[in-house]
Amino acid sequence: MNTPSFIIISVLTLAAALAAASIKKLIHAAFFLVAAFLGVAAFFFLLGAEFLGLVQIFVYVGAVAVLIVFTILLTHREEETAAAGFKWIGALIAAAIFVGLLWTILQTPNLSTDAPLIEPLTVKKIGEVLMTDYVWPLQCIGLLLTAALIGGLILVKEDRDES
Amino acid sequence: MTPTLQTFLIVSAALFSIGLLAALSRRHAIFILIGIEMMLAAANLNFIAFWRFSSQTQSPTGVMVAIFSIAIAAAEAAVGLALVIAVYRHYRTTNINKLDQLKG
Repeated sequence: MNTPSFIIISVLTLAAALAAASIKKLIHAAFFLVAAFLGVAAFFFLLGAEFLGLVQIFVYVGAVAVLIVFTILLTHREEETAAAGFKWIGALIAAAIFVGLLWTILQTPNLSTDAPLIEPLTVKKIGEVLMTDYVWPLQCIGLLLTAALIGGLILVKEDRDES
Repeated sequence: MTPTLQTFLIVSAALFSIGLLAALSRRHAIFILIGIEMMLAAANLNFIAFWRFSSQTQSPTGVMVAIFSIAIAAAEAAVGLALVIAVYRHYRTTNINKLDQLKG
């Protein structure tokens, strides 16, 4: 874990996130969001959770970003994006919360320790733990994903026989 | 100086605040969903940072919680975007200021 890569990744991630939050065109914001997600995945690689970084890239860049782009294509109207305004009170609240979080982090003692040396976390280990200790959460997540799939299908289904 | 837990927490707090900024200040429904996704990513970053800097890294608890959190975020994004499409079908708009039927 070295400092230059950390600085580069954090600057790129935060710049991409800020661009996604403040840019005018919706489709550009979606692409900057992909860059921010890639930065978060790079943080996961840096912290030694390689499997989670790959999951982040698969799920967010592969699925969620494509879903967002498809929704933009299905609902996009040019004059509406320009008309949709920007509330400065939201920026004020976000800045206040950031200052509060920063103050709390800087006040907390014992946060400046170096990372301990660990043996690398293998996919085999993750699979074993997932099938033993975390088998009930895994089943619940499966149920939740099924419910979300059915709910999404029902929400976007066109009811033609009504009209 | 190598990056410590404190620097990771500061980056994560900044990412969370940017997501909150997008969710609170934009008036377009998809921008709000983008902000929520950013806040969830910041929370995952916190989970992994705390796991990596804790003294007992033999059990991959932080990684497990982050995996489940990513799955929940994916389900949330799917249902949220389906809701945006359903709202657009009914009102022909995605500007949340125009969705004021329940306003007294």
